[in-house]
Amino acid sequence: MLMTKGRPAQAVALTAEGRRTFTSNRGLSIEEGLIFEIGRPEVTGVDLEEPAPFEHRLGACERESAIGLPGLSEPEAVRHYVRLSQKNYSIDAGIYPLGSCTMKHNPRLDEAMARLPGFADIHPLQPQSTVAGALELIHELSRWLVVLTGMEAVAMSPKAGAHGEACGMMAIKAALLARGEAATRRIVLVPESAHGTNPATATRIGFEVRSVPARADGTLDVAEVKARLDDSVAAIMLTNPNTCGLFERDIALIAEAVHEAGGYFYCDGANLNAIMGKCRPGDLGVDAMHINLHKTFSTPHGGGGPGAGPVVLSSRLARFAPVPFLRRDEAGLQLVEHAQEALDHDDLGPARSKVVSGKPGSTFPHPALEAFGRLTAFHGQMGMFVRALAYMLSHGADGLRQAAEDAVLSANYIRASLRDLLSQPFGDHACMHEVLFDDHWLKGAGVSTLDFAKAMIDEGFHPMTIYFPLVAHGAMLIEPTESESKASLDLFIATIRDLAHSVRDGDTERFQHAPSLAPRRRLDETRAARTPVLKWTKQGAALPSPSPRR
Amino acid sequence: MRYLPLTSEDRADMLARIGVGSIDDLFAEIPAGMRLGDLLDLPRHKGELEVERLLRGLASQNVTAGSVPFFLGAGAYKHHIPASVDHLIQRSEFLTSYTPYQPEIAQGTLQAIFEFQTQVAALTAMDVANASMYDGSTATAEAVLMAHRITGRREAVLSGGLHPHYAEVVRTTSRMTGDEVVTLAPDVLAREDLCACVTEATSCVVVQSPDVFGNLRDIAPLAARCREKGALLIAVFTEAVSLGLVKPPGEMGADIVVGEGQSIGNPLGFGGPYVGLFAARQQYLRQMPGRLCGETVDAEGRRAFVLTLSTREQHIKRDKATSNICTNSGLCALAFAIHMTLLGEKGLRRLASINHAHTIDLADRLETVPGVEVLNETFFNELTIRVPGDAADVVERLAARGVLGGVPVSRLLPGQGLDDLVLVAVTETVSEADRAAFVERLEEVVRC
Repeated sequence: MLMTKGRPAQAVALTAEGRRTFTSNRGLSIEEGLIFEIGRPEVTGVDLEEPAPFEHRLGACERESAIGLPGLSEPEAVRHYVRLSQKNYSIDAGIYPLGSCTMKHNPRLDEAMARLPGFADIHPLQPQSTVAGALELIHELSRWLVVLTGMEAVAMSPKAGAHGEACGMMAIKAALLARGEAATRRIVLVPESAHGTNPATATRIGFEVRSVPARADGTLDVAEVKARLDDSVAAIMLTNPNTCGLFERDIALIAEAVHEAGGYFYCDGANLNAIMGKCRPGDLGVDAMHINLHKTFSTPHGGGGPGAGPVVLSSRLARFAPVPFLRRDEAGLQLVEHAQEALDHDDLGPARSKVVSGKPGSTFPHPALEAFGRLTAFHGQMGMFVRALAYMLSHGADGLRQAAEDAVLSANYIRASLRDLLSQPFGDHACMHEVLFDDHWLKGAGVSTLDFAKAMIDEGFHPMTIYFPLVAHGAMLIEPTESESKASLDLFIATIRDLAHSVRDGDTERFQHAPSLAPRRRLDETRAARTPVLKWTKQGAALPSPSPRR
Repeated sequence: MRYLPLTSEDRADMLARIGVGSIDDLFAEIPAGMRLGDLLDLPRHKGELEVERLLRGLASQNVTAGSVPFFLGAGAYKHHIPASVDHLIQRSEFLTSYTPYQPEIAQGTLQAIFEFQTQVAALTAMDVANASMYDGSTATAEAVLMAHRITGRREAVLSGGLHPHYAEVVRTTSRMTGDEVVTLAPDVLAREDLCACVTEATSCVVVQSPDVFGNLRDIAPLAARCREKGALLIAVFTEAVSLGLVKPPGEMGADIVVGEGQSIGNPLGFGGPYVGLFAARQQYLRQMPGRLCGETVDAEGRRAFVLTLSTREQHIKRDKATSNICTNSGLCALAFAIHMTLLGEKGLRRLASINHAHTIDLADRLETVPGVEVLNETFFNELTIRVPGDAADVVERLAARGVLGGVPVSRLLPGQGLDDLVLVAVTETVSEADRAAFVERLEEVVRC
């Protein structure tokens, strides 16, 4: 989650410390220019034979201008990217306690499996007879997801969590269209604590968002939901456990009320890690839920993706799942790529049901009798599917449940170890896999949540999620995951305690100029937004570069 | 369990600190009737060896592109990826970091994104590019929504040369919002008159080049027509390597350029993960979807990079955001950037030339096969060929003879009377022997 508040309006004044070096390097922290400064257009790091002379067949479309791309030889390229990499924090290097992000260990077995040519070197449009193993893998992963969540079916193609949200809400829209209620049911209820993607998704699918406040303990009140339910409501979008790290204990009642009012229940599955093997969303009344394979099932985050967001669907929505999908019949697994498209907006009629001719009972993982359309060019994030299945097979039903328990145990251990110093917005109760603190305890100390987070960087830690969820003032949301040893948790806790004592002792110096030991100090984000420089240009290369190379 | 560091003793100590008797006390908020007592009906944990054996078993059932003469394209292309690319993207600090929300300790990712944005802008000849989308098809759908926001109109015109799956993704999104989509009939020979379809109601025209049938399209006249009618021109490409040899859409007047970046640095991977490229004219910057990385300075005045203009994005604007996208294709974008850096101007141009030369060679060879016809007047590295009989059947029979010979058009466009057409792509990975084998096998197959 991205913090949205507390950014410094201007660069913080520099404290004079540390001596300058000729290179601007600081030991192993090495400055690196841009490829446009160190590369040359005539250099290449790839040896390719000169083709025999040919007469082009490009018609009037031959490129006449230079592209403007520098090249690097292989040693230069390797050095460039290795140096860049060294400026990044990573889960491999330390705890990455970003609440809501589930930064757990990424097993290297999963990487190796995804790179097997049998998965990495196959084309999505090869004859199906040549990719039987790939289809079987998708089918097996589907089975795991369906069993784990207790749902009817799963749509595998969504490419990330937000894409999965779109998939689920489109299925809901399609179901409403089929019921003839799409024009009248336009409201989607979203709690104030929701991820920003929820309201953004609902709007994008053509719904209107109505907010639902949380009660004093951070959870949703079924009465508040009921008060907003009528025949204009299409769905509720709810995260469970919610973004405050709390299990919505009224969830079944809420689901029942929403269903009774003719709406659907979309669950944001970002926090599935807390409950896998402990309870099943299908038993809670969920109609659609995306699963972030890059969170719960440990496909690596890669500095911002790729992810994968398969969507499990209840029996009420399964028939509307998008293409493509797998169908098992006498001949084995078939990839169905074309449900008849219903192009008329007002008619997602039954005509399309003839496209899938198999018996409904034989159509696992999902029947998709009235598929709402297509979300992406091909079949989804196969590379992530392989990693996720490797992760699930490794853990098994027992290991996944143990992982959920350890994640919840670790979050509560942090809560219990910090509750005397930090403040919790909703009182001290057991949390799920993440623990939420606010900035009440910082009041009057001259230290903000942001300052505190930046001081953690100097101590060698990635900060927790800050300023999210919005329902807590100056939020600090900590999610340790099950990947941390007790020694790692203890050091993390001891560090936060030490920082907290500094706050209490009035040692604001430690915070206000932090970080001072990272590759960069605080950035002038106002300047970045006011005069956007989004690419390198020859003329624009005016900013001082620390490297003598320039 | 090798991935779980806590011991039973640790767990007991931790429960004691928390002050509860058992782990189940921490799950007490889950209503009793919904708590699972037993383990789910799934296998128990396995060692690396067993998992590897299982997955290798599945992998071995697939015919890999590298093991046979291989001619599939249609939106995903097999190119050689230098070994250093995969090595570098597996660096822990790239592979296992999150979105760069704390820029002081994420300069590596941020600088790589800044370089990527610059590369994409250069390649497409556009002003600005974002930090990536999921893939080319979703980028196309986002571009249409962006055009609607800019023009205030709600009708998109889709060329009959647009990849049918891309068109379907656009139609799916539009169906949900009630926006209009005019889809032109499949345009095998690039003869449609798109200019005639642009009216005062048109928000945008979406046109692909090289198109799905391999034809190159001079979109400059269409750009002029769009400008005249107040519509935006969205140019799409699915084969990024083509831009080494083909006039970039920015030079032909495109307003938004989207494309699939898989070709550079990313394996076929059965369709994903890929990387969507998204570029636009400067004036539309604030309507762009997705993340943008910008240059600034830190408190010591040193150059630094940071995610910026985030007031467009969902975590700030919520229901008013330009898109709901959050996670994108960071690592695939990095692979693209590294491969592109290794190629450089010289390498990319040469790579594109080789692709084109090999395709010309195959086109010439195919002309000699009785009953087979190459339909393209122009092309980069993909052809549409007409075969006698059912193309899907021909492709199956080629596969049985050890050649993955292309994509039958009917796979993308069933029921359109295009059942005798095959899309055939030729990259630098296709050797002279492969081309010869293809022609030979094809002759056999069409003869019988």
